[in-house]
This record gives sequence, structure tokens and C-alpha cells, in this order.
Amino acid sequence: MASIDLTDVTLSFGGTRAVDRVSLSVPSGAFFSLLGPSGCGKTTLLRLIAGLERPEAGRIAMDGRVVAEGRSFVEPGERDLGMVFQSYALWPHMTVAANVAFGLEMRRIPAKDRVAEALAMVGLSHLADRRPHQLSGGQRQRVALARSLAVRPRLILLDEPLANLDAHLRQSMLAEFRRIHRQSGTTFVFVTHDQNEAMAISDLVAVMDAGRLQQVDSPQALFDRPASAMVARFVGAGRTVPVDVLGSRGGQCDLLLAGHRLSAPGDAPPGPGWLCLHARDLAIDPAGIPAEATGQRFENGMQMVHALLADAEVDIPSRAPVAPGAIRIGIAGGWVIAREGAPACHLSVASAQ
Amino acid sequence: MVIAEAWDSRATWRALENTLAASAGSVVISVVLGTGLALALGAFRMRGRVAMTFLALSPLLIPSQIMALAWIELAGALVPGPNPIYSGTGIALLMGVEHMPLVFIAVRAALKAIPADLIEAARIGGASQGAILRRVILPLCLPACGAGAALAFAAAVGNFGVPALLGIPGRFPMLTTLIYQRLNGFGPSILGQVAVLALLLVALAGAALALRALTLRLAVPVPQGRPFERPRASGMATAAVWTSLILLMVTPMLALMGTALSPALGVKLGLDTASLQNFAQVLDSATIRRAFVNSLLLSVAAAVISTVIALPFAWLSQVARNRAMRHLDWLADAPFVVPGTVLALAAIMTFLPPLPVLGISVYGTPAILLIAYLARFLPLALRPLSAAAASTEPALDEAARIFGAPIRARIARIFAPPVAAPALAGAVLIFMTAFNELTLSALLWSSGNETLGVMIFSLQYEGNSTGAAALSVLSLLLVAGLALALDSACRGREGILPWRD
Repeated sequence: MASIDLTDVTLSFGGTRAVDRVSLSVPSGAFFSLLGPSGCGKTTLLRLIAGLERPEAGRIAMDGRVVAEGRSFVEPGERDLGMVFQSYALWPHMTVAANVAFGLEMRRIPAKDRVAEALAMVGLSHLADRRPHQLSGGQRQRVALARSLAVRPRLILLDEPLANLDAHLRQSMLAEFRRIHRQSGTTFVFVTHDQNEAMAISDLVAVMDAGRLQQVDSPQALFDRPASAMVARFVGAGRTVPVDVLGSRGGQCDLLLAGHRLSAPGDAPPGPGWLCLHARDLAIDPAGIPAEATGQRFENGMQMVHALLADAEVDIPSRAPVAPGAIRIGIAGGWVIAREGAPACHLSVASAQ
Repeated sequence: MVIAEAWDSRATWRALENTLAASAGSVVISVVLGTGLALALGAFRMRGRVAMTFLALSPLLIPSQIMALAWIELAGALVPGPNPIYSGTGIALLMGVEHMPLVFIAVRAALKAIPADLIEAARIGGASQGAILRRVILPLCLPACGAGAALAFAAAVGNFGVPALLGIPGRFPMLTTLIYQRLNGFGPSILGQVAVLALLLVALAGAALALRALTLRLAVPVPQGRPFERPRASGMATAAVWTSLILLMVTPMLALMGTALSPALGVKLGLDTASLQNFAQVLDSATIRRAFVNSLLLSVAAAVISTVIALPFAWLSQVARNRAMRHLDWLADAPFVVPGTVLALAAIMTFLPPLPVLGISVYGTPAILLIAYLARFLPLALRPLSAAAASTEPALDEAARIFGAPIRARIARIFAPPVAAPALAGAVLIFMTAFNELTLSALLWSSGNETLGVMIFSLQYEGNSTGAAALSVLSLLLVAGLALALDSACRGREGILPWRD
């Protein structure tokens, strides 16, 4: 039930900026995900929120109270938060119950009932007297979660909690997280490199790359309206095709793609752009744009045809196999953004008009 | 018959009682000192940590007879009247200090293995630094502490140098000194009776090591992870550690130096009276010079041969995963279970009769000393090598096998280069330990084959304590010089020398 506000938070390790002037707000009670490829700084950002790292610059506030800025720093134990570590970090010399009771004892709260309640919430009441090494990975995960829940924190931080679990366990733990989030009403901040996990569970997702924040949005908006090429490619196996934006009006852009004119949603200025596409936007269509099929794979009962469209790779779903060679692709949807780093004016724009 | 005789003897019972009491006392001291120092140096950041660690480990480099001499001089200088160190308490104190590094090393290794997130989880739970130490760090070190204590007990039971120098004049017989005195007094004819005492020693040490194995098996497995970040120690704590290290490790050596420099026993030492005549006298003796050379040759041979044996041995047991060799690996640890006195006895019993085929006896020759040294010190070469070998990637050797490399090439070109540094460090450690060896030498030396340890012991025994001190200082300087040379060679490379971790 805590809101978090980060303003220009920066932290470097050995010259590289792990977190680079990140500003974001996590609304109270949200299920908030930090998503990005490994090494993008998402775990460092989580550790900054936890108070396990100190920012070099910037401000971190929780519920409007500054917890880190300049010389002022609130120790992690005083931030009223829980954390589930990637390794679970269960103390091996303590029983499950003692692990869960630890935080309560530190806060001088009578532990017995709260431990029972937290273990019941994760469905592990029968294992209270076991040691961590006697538990399976999924059970350890639940103990780690119960340990965080027992102190009823304002905020729970989860650092890649599913990374060490089997694929089928992940799905059931995700459902568990969602249920417990609803039940407890606590703010959850969830770090993951797996966009499926983040998209499936979150109210809001922040996509990071190379220490910088790329976009903070709802999963639907990230999928439909990526703010950068990185986000477009990272989310939902998206593809980006180079296009020339001729003009835009009322949320639609006129484009030139491989010499063909078409219209797609977006709000990019005239000049070089990216057309961001997902498989759902594409189909084999004799009236479409010419492309070159290079191969295919079988997935979810469909053939996914690999093709080169304007020298960019795209995947097109098809019911029937397609022979390599020339094909035509119909485009319905997509999202147009400006192409960073390219010259603002492109010759072909003038020649097309 | 023989067993019943020895069993009935009151002297045996007294020695057993004394051994148990002094060893138990020494373990308490070892555990308190070793755990305290390991926590101070391993859980906090302190200025001068390498120097402190070196001092904490220095009892490993200082042979027990020299340590005993130094403390005799220190206690004699501090306390007027009869020297209180010649007692069971004195023996317990000294053995406690001497075996402290065994606990220190075990606890330090356990501390280093605690993953950071266990500490961070406690911080998030709101634990203070004190609570983290009490509730997380200490309990996780407890099994290592128990294992180190068991090792310290086994070492104390088998210790000869300290009880020989303190217990014999102090009339506090222990099992090791009783064996020595019986053999010295009656000669090999009493071997049978003495063997019973030796069995008692083995049983005690064996029990301690079984306890150690049990402790390690019952300990919960600690997950792996990056090591935790250590908070800076307060100035007070740093000062306290320095003070205790200097009091326990440096002042006795200064007292020893003082005696070595004093012109005559009982003359007050001052800048004007200090003289080097004790050193001159010691070096003037042909016997002592011969002992120097003997010890030098023996220890170099022990170091070189041990390493040469250990290299293929470690390869076979760790890389080639040879089953028979893995059992032998365990067997090579036997000298830790078998106290030196017992090993010496076994050597006498085995090699007193003439060797088959050759028809000559190695008893009374330097060969018996070398054989015993090898049996004693092989583990010192094998341990670091097996550890290094166990951590090498087996695929490296398999890749060489794919190319059809013969075993010789696989050992020499794939296995040896990365483990060369720990092997060299092990060899130098063997040299330093063997150079001042006393326990084996005391029973196996013969006229013309004296060793340095025996020389120091007999000088003190004859009452020439200034001479003994001078010779001790000389041999310590040699060992310290070697340690410093090794240290500068290993600077920047961690994990090879025990004090640079």
C-alpha cells in the first residue's frame, strides 16, 4: 500500500551506469514489473528501492517520505518492505517457521499467529518445522514469500522469483502471486527478464535497457503502442520494419514501405520510422506487399513463416506451409514510431510526393 | 599381558588424565580465540587485515618447542618466583594458542561461504548489525567451529613440543611425553608397553576426528552465492584485535629475542649489555652446524618428494576419479589422526628389523627420519593440490583426452600448470614445518643425525636456555625470511597463501 517515487536515480558500478537517471512512479497497491534483458539494471533498481544500494544521485521516496537522497538514507529494515530474493535467501540453520518469524521478532511483534497466518496464505502450514534444504524449489519460493508477507509490509519486492523454477511451476506461482497481491493489497514490485511473466501479471510494466527507462505502461499499451524500437522488439516477439513516414493525421500515419504506400496507427513525424509489427498484424495475402519467404517453424498449431520484408525479418502465421521464395504479405495494424539516430529527412519522402 | 600391565600402571592413568584435561582446556582457548579472530577479520573490514591474518596464523609457522621456549622466557620475565608456565594450565594455554589457527581457518572459510543475500534478507527484516551477527552469522559458523575444535583437540592430544618443554620439568606427564621418557629410559625393549600408550593416543585423536566428521555431516547445507559485503570495523575493535594479537604472538617472541641477546642467564638485558655472543657460541658448535645442515637437507627432500608424489596422486583421485586412489586420498590424511609420536613409534617398529632382501636396517640412519617426515607431511602437499584439482573443470582434461594426449602429457601440460602455484606454496609450507620438526625427530634421531628441533630441545634440557633461545631465533628468522619471500612472490594472487585470502 505504498507508492514509490524515483527522481533521476543514478548508480554506477566501475564506470558503467547500471541505473541511469531513472524517474518513475509506482502507484500504491499496484502490481508493478521491471522488465528488461539481463544486465539492464532492473535488479539494481530493485536493490535501490530496497535500500541495499545507495543511489549516487537522485531521490527515492516512499509514500512521499524521502528514503534516499544525498546524505539522508533510511536503512532497509526501516523501510517497511519485504523482499523475495532470486535465490530465496532462506536461512539454512532455521526452520521454516523460524525463517518466517524472524522479521516479526525484529519488530517485536508476537510471532506465533502471524507465522501461522502467513504459512496458511502460501499453503505450507504442514511444513513449518522443516529446514529449507528439505524443501523443493517451489516450496522454498513460498516460504520466502510467506517470510515477506508475515510482517505485513507496505511493499513487497520480488527479484526474479521464478527464474529458478520449472516451467510448469512458474505458471502456478504466477497465479499465486496474483491471488496474494489481491488478498494483501500490498504494492508489489516484480523484477523479471521474461516478458510473458511481466505481461501476464502486472498492472504496469517498466521496460529498461542499458540502465535507462524505455517505457512505463500497461501491458496492453506496451504491446500495442511501444515507445521505442527496443520495446517493440522485446515485447511479444515484435519485429520492426524500416519505413518512411510521409505524414500523420488523427492517429494514423501514411507510410512508404518497400515502395508501397500504406497506412498504420501511430503518431510519428515525417521522416524515417519503424513500423512495429506482431504476428497478429500479418497474414499471407496475394494483394499484399512483396517479401521473400526464407523458412518456417511449427508453433501452436500454425506455421510461422520467416520472411524478409524490406530487409527486415518478420514472422507471418499461416495455416498451410509456404515454399521458400516470393510471397506477398498483408499488413493490418502495427504501430509507427520515429527511427532514432536516422536523419530527420529522407530522400525517398521527397521523391514519393 | 602387556596391555594389562600398562593399564594397571598409575603413571598411564595419570598421563591420560593430564592429556584429557590439558587438551580440553586448550580447546576452549583455541575456540574462543580462533572464533573471535575469524569473526573480527572475516566479518568486518579492518585496516592491516593481511598483517593481522599473518599474525593469527603465525602459530602454524612457529614450532611448538620454540613457542614454549618463548613463553617460558615471557612468563619468567613477568612473574617473580617459580615460573607458573611449568604447569597443566601453562600447557593448556600454550596448546590453546598454538592450535587456535585450526579453528580460525575453519570459521573463516565458513564465513567466506555465507552468501550475501542471507545477510541482506536479515537487513530487510529489520535486524541490527548485532542481531545479524548473533542470529545469522554465528549459527552458520557453528558447525565449522565445532569441526575446528575437534581438530584442535586431536592436535592437542598429539602435541609433543609443549608438554616436553613445560610438562617434563613441571612434572605434568602427558601421553606423548610418557612415551618419549619410557623409550629414552629403557630403549626399544619396552616397545610393547609403549605401544599401548600409543593406542590410547590414536583412540583419543580418532574419536575427535570422528566427532568432526559427524558435526560436518549434521550441518545444514549452506547455499552458494556471492560473498557478503563486510561493514567497516570500529576503531576500538581494530585496536582490540591488534592488542590481543601483539600480546599473544609478538611479546613472547620479543622475550625469546631478549634471552638470546642477554650476555648470561640472569643478567639484566639493556642496550649496553646486549650481545651476540650466544649466537656466536651456538654457531661455533660443530654439532649444531651439522644439525642445521641435516634439517635443511631433510626438509628440502621432504618438500620436493612430497610434491612429486602428490601431483600424480591428486590427478588420479580428482581428475581421473580413480576409485582406489580416492581411498588412498583418505589414507593420506591418516597422519592427522595418528599423532607424530605414534608415527615415530610405528616407524621404529617397522624399520628396526633389517629390511627384507637388502638385509640392512634403516634404524639409526637419516633414511628413517626422511620416511617418517614424508608420511607426516605428504598431506600438507596433497591437501591444497586436491582442493585445486577438485575445482578444475573436468572437461579440460577430457578435451585433451579427445585429442589422444597420453596421461603424462595430460598431467604435465593440462593439470600441472594451473595448480603449480598452490603446489609450490604447499612445498614451502612443508619445508618450513619440517625444518623445525621435533616430535618425530625426538624419537628417531641418532648421533650424527641430529635435527634442529632436537638441538633446541636438548640445549634447553641441559639448562643452556640462552643458547636454545639463540638457536630458536636463528631458525625463526630463516622461516620468517622464507615466508616474506613467498609473500612478495604471491602478492596480488589470492587464495594461495593462507594469510592472503
